[in-house]
Amino acid sequence: MARKTPDIPSASLADTAFMMLIFFLVSTTMDTDAGISRMLPPPVPKEEINDDQKIKERNVYVVLINKNDQLMVEGEPMHIGELKKKAKEFIENPADDPTLPEKKVEEVPFFGNYPVSKQVISLQNDRGTSYGLYVQVQDELAAAYNELRNELAQKKWGKRYDDLEKEQQDAIKKIYPQKISEAEPKNYGGKK
Amino acid sequence: MGKFRDGGKKEVPAISTSSLPDVVYMLLFFFMVSTTMKEVDLKVKMNVPMASEIKKLEKKSLVSYIYIGKPKEKFTKAYGTEPRIQLNDQFADVKDIAEYIDAERQQKDEKEIPLMTTSLKVDEDTKMGIVSDVKQELRKVSALKINYSTKKKVRNN
Repeated sequence: MARKTPDIPSASLADTAFMMLIFFLVSTTMDTDAGISRMLPPPVPKEEINDDQKIKERNVYVVLINKNDQLMVEGEPMHIGELKKKAKEFIENPADDPTLPEKKVEEVPFFGNYPVSKQVISLQNDRGTSYGLYVQVQDELAAAYNELRNELAQKKWGKRYDDLEKEQQDAIKKIYPQKISEAEPKNYGGKK
Repeated sequence: MGKFRDGGKKEVPAISTSSLPDVVYMLLFFFMVSTTMKEVDLKVKMNVPMASEIKKLEKKSLVSYIYIGKPKEKFTKAYGTEPRIQLNDQFADVKDIAEYIDAERQQKDEKEIPLMTTSLKVDEDTKMGIVSDVKQELRKVSALKINYSTKKKVRNN
């Protein structure tokens, strides 16, 4: 005759569960990691540094930040709020202004022959610049590129850039390549 | 047995606690799924800047972290108030970064090394000098993929 096994008391189940819950609350964090992704330029051996790669002045958008966190763009002081708009104008050069970057007709999938602007943004900061402003400038410049890409995607396919297929994104990337070049930091502000 | 009886204390029935474990388990699973383990104990003050054009870091296992900021109050006596670098659980110098990246690489598979990202968690008020030094050091060891850790900002234009 099978004997009935006694019931396991389940009153302490809640306590165990609580204990595990508290352990997880204490030892974990909620925040997901996100940020601005960048590639650093590969290291260059000392002997090979040369200035052969001359880029025409009209193709370069010079952004300088000094140690007092002031911005100078193309020789003019500028407020950070205007940077995105001005950078977009520079990158796109809609009216083929001769002071803005030149364009080179290139074969781009989906678009056929498309005039691609030869823009480069040069960003230079001082050792005394605050990191907060530096990230803000990087963010504004990235926003300028992303907005242009979005606008083009809307015009061509009526979709947001993020919703496009991989090939379509690559085509747009070819038209608006993100070229942000960072100069080696200089110590303009004297001793820090 | 009258239907209307006042007076006479009525006992409130005890609330059944048999579903309490279920509720707690539900909370537990929620937290287990939605959170991640803390990487290190922060020894520097950290208030990362805000940005809108951000990307989520994928593959947590391939990310190494470098923290830069002012030492927390309890460490100011030993380490001063100037921004310092923290690697793993201790303060470090710029020259220690190469070693740190190397150690991180050794734990990974060889073909995963090019995919490794270095996440720079830097306090807003830090000067760029120390950040530039770190970046130069990372270039030297060819850890070129970096990510400036930021909080999400919603742009209104």
